[in-house]
Amino acid sequence: MLTLLGVATVVVGFAVRLNPLLVVTIAAFVTGLAAGLGPIQVLEAFGKAFNENRFVSAAYLVLPVIGVVERAGLQEQARALIARFRGVSVGPFLIGYLAFRQITSALGLTSIAGHAQSIRPMVAPMAEGAVEARTGPLDAETRQDVRAMASATDNIGLFFGEDIFIAIGSILLMVGFLATSGIVIDPIHLSMWAIPSALVAFVLHAGRLLVFDRRLRRRPGA
Amino acid sequence: MIKLSAVYILAGLVFAAFAVLSAMDRGNAKRFGNAAFWGLVSVSFLAGDRLGDLGNGILVLGLATIAGLGLLGRGQPATTSPDERKALASRFGNRLFVPALTLPIVVAFGVLVLKPLEIGGTPLLDPKQATLLSLALAAVIAVGVALILLRQPLISPLQEGRRLMDTVGWAALLPQMLAALGAIFALAGVGDVIGQLVTTWIPMDARLTAVAVYCLGMGGFTMVMGNAFAAFPVMTAGIGLPILIHRFGGDPAVVASIGMLSGFCGTLMTPLAANFNLVPAALLELPNRYAVIKAQVPTALPLLIANVVLMYVLAFR
Repeated sequence: MLTLLGVATVVVGFAVRLNPLLVVTIAAFVTGLAAGLGPIQVLEAFGKAFNENRFVSAAYLVLPVIGVVERAGLQEQARALIARFRGVSVGPFLIGYLAFRQITSALGLTSIAGHAQSIRPMVAPMAEGAVEARTGPLDAETRQDVRAMASATDNIGLFFGEDIFIAIGSILLMVGFLATSGIVIDPIHLSMWAIPSALVAFVLHAGRLLVFDRRLRRRPGA
Repeated sequence: MIKLSAVYILAGLVFAAFAVLSAMDRGNAKRFGNAAFWGLVSVSFLAGDRLGDLGNGILVLGLATIAGLGLLGRGQPATTSPDERKALASRFGNRLFVPALTLPIVVAFGVLVLKPLEIGGTPLLDPKQATLLSLALAAVIAVGVALILLRQPLISPLQEGRRLMDTVGWAALLPQMLAALGAIFALAGVGDVIGQLVTTWIPMDARLTAVAVYCLGMGGFTMVMGNAFAAFPVMTAGIGLPILIHRFGGDPAVVASIGMLSGFCGTLMTPLAANFNLVPAALLELPNRYAVIKAQVPTALPLLIANVVLMYVLAFR
């Protein structure tokens, strides 16, 4: 039971907005000490796991090229391009991106888009541009809402697309786990049964995007 | 065979450049904090396997201390002004999209063409890491395309990369730190304790209750652990297998698949899934750290309920 103190540390630390790197480090010590490890043992285990997970941070290698194209005006061009298509409203635009992200992820192409390589340089400026072209300049709060919605759409498209691909990590984990419990299953069945949830996710989020679009058009000052 | 270690060397060199350029940046009052932080990341990539477990642990403490004491600032590399960018945009036009779209094209090429490729019986790319290797290759090629096509200064990829890296700041290392915390949780058996709590205290005599506890448990437990992969074995061993599959005769494929997706609904609602929820907020310069989560909750909650219904209807045909 004491081991749950680490979880509590994380919850409280994040809630009071302490620096998360510090919170995570403290939580690691609280958990390890509660489980009867010595401080040096915890530090070693934490360091080892950190080193083994370096691949998580390697994805920042896309930032240099994104920075260069931004320097040369990509965000401005993305905004200008969408403004030329006056028929494109932010709702249908993001619905199109959602469909693109779900379908390509279902084909295993999870890394062809993402927050650094597509949302910041292209999708978010286009979403902002689509709103501005129709209803004029955005106030700071609305701009934040539009950007956050663009990022949310990327996550939802990725999560509820990738599980349809048979060689994705989560499917392999399920196959492996069920096999050790004596249930042999073909990965294709797991992918197939991800489709109903994916369809519901699309319908739910697309509906929200349409409502979001209508709310933006009716905002005061629009 | 090209392995992940090649990507680590590249990443180590790029972060080393960020550190050096940070140290020389007089516009940033906290320049040495930035230099130390990115320098430690560089050391981790270049020499992590030679530091030993304790050495890596001390390195992590260093990162957390720099971030926790607020020693990180935001670099001020010389870049183009908003007006210059507008002028450049009208000059280059849609050519600007070419480098950015080179990324997905090369990644797709890597995953679809290079990954299955074998030379003399050994695969060209380490099959387990093909996606990340493709992404690194794409990043290098796209930088080349951008420099040639848009005639930007040679130093600009490193300076502009540093500008974006400083925008993300300490949040950049949070996903990796959380993954390491997950390992400590596993070592201490945190998952098993939570699994026991759920199964001991909630009666699951009715099929619908059991389905709801499993799906909502996957969602909630994922929020606590920050990742559905950690929640899945615990919840499935505790409820999915013994109750849904063995007692009620549920279809294992449906139970597992929809169970995992219920966990993904939890991922959308937790700051512990930092790479999906907090890093984007930093990258998009949103003042509210939790703005992306706020945008996701109204989709994630009804979707979680929908997964309960789907599992109830589909698993027991």
